[in-house]
Amino acid sequence: MHELPVIDKILQVALKHARKNNISRILSIHLEIGELSDLEESWLQRYFDRVSSGTPAAGAALNVTRIPVSARCSCGNTFGITLNNTTHTCCPSCGSSSWQLVAGKGYFVKSMEGL
Amino acid sequence: MTQPVKLIEVKEGILEDDGKVAASLRADLQTRETFLLNLMASPGAGKTSLVLHTIKTLRNKLEICVVEADIDSTVDAEAVANEGISAVQLRTGGFCHVDAAMMREGIAAFGDKKCDMIILENVGNLVCPAEFDTGAHKNVMILSIPEGDDKPLKYPLMFSICDAVLINKMDYIGLSDFDMEKLTERIHRLNPNAEIFRISCRTGEGIDAWSEWLFREVCNFRNSKL
Repeated sequence: MHELPVIDKILQVALKHARKNNISRILSIHLEIGELSDLEESWLQRYFDRVSSGTPAAGAALNVTRIPVSARCSCGNTFGITLNNTTHTCCPSCGSSSWQLVAGKGYFVKSMEGL
Repeated sequence: MTQPVKLIEVKEGILEDDGKVAASLRADLQTRETFLLNLMASPGAGKTSLVLHTIKTLRNKLEICVVEADIDSTVDAEAVANEGISAVQLRTGGFCHVDAAMMREGIAAFGDKKCDMIILENVGNLVCPAEFDTGAHKNVMILSIPEGDDKPLKYPLMFSICDAVLINKMDYIGLSDFDMEKLTERIHRLNPNAEIFRISCRTGEGIDAWSEWLFREVCNFRNSKL
């Protein structure tokens, strides 16, 4: 269900930038979505088609790049986390557990193409 | 003549506006010295039971208000109000989560009432509430034993954003193949700093340890203001 609010926001961001740049038709939108998001790309596109109908973004293709999950340790090291790894993750540099996720969540509209 | 295709660099996070609303709510609550706890879990994990236990344990130390969020119905707010606690029911009208803008409306219903802690009982769901910042100072979740130890693998985002995970229905553990060690490992894989409490809302096990932690967090919140 949270697809709809998320997709509506993608649309609003795209329409805002279309107005700013005198774009009358949006052809494609490049999104970066964290791997921790469970939104499926095919569903994103289907919902987007529905929500964008009748707007300058109607028919635009969503191109999604998935951003891997990564963490930064208190020692300063940044490292990637594999989601299907089922055991406890420690910093590969110092072995500690005092790290925090720094990438892999959220949604980002990177760029778009239009006429 | 064909129009040239323009490439626009947008570079905008789509939940940035929500993030700003949440940050401003958090700051306003800080000024009012009101700590906001966001409680999340699947339907039936024991959110309302935990709210009632927490009220019972902490009501002598803290003035508590509760915001109950549900897609429909007011049964949870009624259960809390029966304990003599101010409760507001937020009907999300089909929405699967609460965001900071809805929360601001819910809190406004308490008016000028002095309140040390507001507990938000979020919509029962391990997916959507994890995506939206409610303006809370701490996020916690309940996982109950019958749901199984594999849930952190299925809902990684939820387990990654919580400051504490409460394992409820501990009184059922002997009847199940739930592996506590595996669960702990799976939670700490994405969230090494998560506190884990083993509780049973039925027997009362672990409620004191949880309440002490929560009370400490409220005290830290107040002191951080000074």
